Amino acid sequence: MSRYTPEEKVKLARHPDRPGTADFIQALFTDFFEQRGDRLCREDGSILGGIARFHGRPVTVVGHRKGRSLEENLVCNFGMPGPEGYRKAQRLMRQAEKFGRPIITFVDTPGAYPGTEAEERGQGEAIAQCLALMSALTVPVIAVVTGEGGSGGALALAVANRVLMLEHAVYSVLSPEGFASILWKDSSRAGEACSVMKLTAQDLRRGGIVQGVLREPEGGAHTDWEAVFRTVDAALVKELAALDKLKGPALAKQRYDMFRAMGQDLPLAREEEP
Amino acid sequence: MNRTFSRRRDRLLVYRSMRENKLSSTRRTKCPECGEESADLEWERGLQVCPRCAFHSPIGAYYRLSTILDPGSFQELEEKLVPADPLAFPGYPAKVAGLAESTGLSDAAVAALGRVEDHRAVFVVLDSRFLMGSMGTAVGEKVTRAVEHAEKKKLPLVIFSASGGARMQEGIFSLMQMAKTAAAIQRFQSRGGLYISCFTHPTTGGVTASFASLGDVILAEPGALIGFAGPRVIEQTIGEKLPEGFQRAEYLLDHGFLDQIVPRDQWRAVLAQLLALHEKGGRT
Repeated sequence: MSRYTPEEKVKLARHPDRPGTADFIQALFTDFFEQRGDRLCREDGSILGGIARFHGRPVTVVGHRKGRSLEENLVCNFGMPGPEGYRKAQRLMRQAEKFGRPIITFVDTPGAYPGTEAEERGQGEAIAQCLALMSALTVPVIAVVTGEGGSGGALALAVANRVLMLEHAVYSVLSPEGFASILWKDSSRAGEACSVMKLTAQDLRRGGIVQGVLREPEGGAHTDWEAVFRTVDAALVKELAALDKLKGPALAKQRYDMFRAMGQDLPLAREEEP
Repeated sequence: MNRTFSRRRDRLLVYRSMRENKLSSTRRTKCPECGEESADLEWERGLQVCPRCAFHSPIGAYYRLSTILDPGSFQELEEKLVPADPLAFPGYPAKVAGLAESTGLSDAAVAALGRVEDHRAVFVVLDSRFLMGSMGTAVGEKVTRAVEHAEKKKLPLVIFSASGGARMQEGIFSLMQMAKTAAAIQRFQSRGGLYISCFTHPTTGGVTASFASLGDVILAEPGALIGFAGPRVIEQTIGEKLPEGFQRAEYLLDHGFLDQIVPRDQWRAVLAQLLALHEKGGRT
């Protein structure tokens, strides 16, 4: 499984030709109806979402969108949402709850955007509300970390019953650059940060943070999109079938209990005996 | 009546710290904000608010609780929770051991049962002396258990935040504390619990983006820096200096993210009022 070092995985996870949310939606769903806007302030292109059919069944789908061309990148702010994006996501998820649709999210962001307007309009509050809302949903929620799972901006779409990760995707408390900059005051030590952060899908599976790791083709997801789509599709079908066995309150409870247990039973920070 | 009482209590606090810290009336401390020097006695009398410019200097968790709770009502909860080291991060155990020694804290949060003018509540206070009040697994667990305790005992919950956000040294496990605490608050509130969130200087990152922003009532101390991204990160991103007052409590109030700003000597009165207003049927 570990043909690649954590640092190489970060590069693969950020590969510009890696399939993104828009590609997954197009390949895995039919009848996609995009929903735009947060109804409060404006539309945020860095979150793509709407209603679609998954194997014939209506679902709500939401994900980070980075965009592929430079023009798209700019519209999508390179996949870094502002509060409007998170509030749009909340709106879509509330509707999913109302109409009893399962929610499927695709996580791929360097992080929430650290800008003045985002702060002015309550970036922190918007993310916090996403976490609170998702934790109590009574519909099935499945999150797939497809590329970069950067910080709170990623978690805001990943409070799910099942969190799945592509084999070379990464998910971490902060970008390796930010981590190195905070702890060692030196962002050039990002490579070193990769190796201590335990940000690979395999590490996170062991830590109980994600519940499934999805195989990528040899060389990474960008080398064979069709293979990736087949894998993700099969995983979603399987997980959705399993979650369908749970009733609404049981779904909320399973999700709550899973996150409630995170961080318990870890080795304590004790100094070595001399 | 209450005013007299609280003045007397403040005076007692001053005397106590004089005794304990050998506070001398001649020692002076410079304000990091305005640069003016004031006598330590004056700082102490003002609950560590600068007598010249009213800068609310960060204070420890136990000290803050002593300025807010009715004397003798403090009952600590979950004091034995200690940090985990899931990344086996070099130097982390030694760092937290040193901080535990110097601050007397087991991690960056203190949880307690207490009363404010006879109104019972569960309190959590973050302490910025312990790794900038950052939230690792122990802080996340303590906040969550405090919420659960409040729910079980049907008590209101008051949290004072002061935090640099998720704790880097515990990696992704710190990030997950955001989901865990937000979920606990959500459940508590959906079952009728009152949660008062109080921002103090500075609170950023994963704490702003989780439990601290979810209060039924959200308050802040004057001048407190409150944000998601820290000012330095934003300046690097946009490539320019931030305007004066950006991300300060007054700015958040203007933009609709706070109910009120509360000066340090007013917390008792404001909390007592809010707790009373939420008692079933009101007070007779």
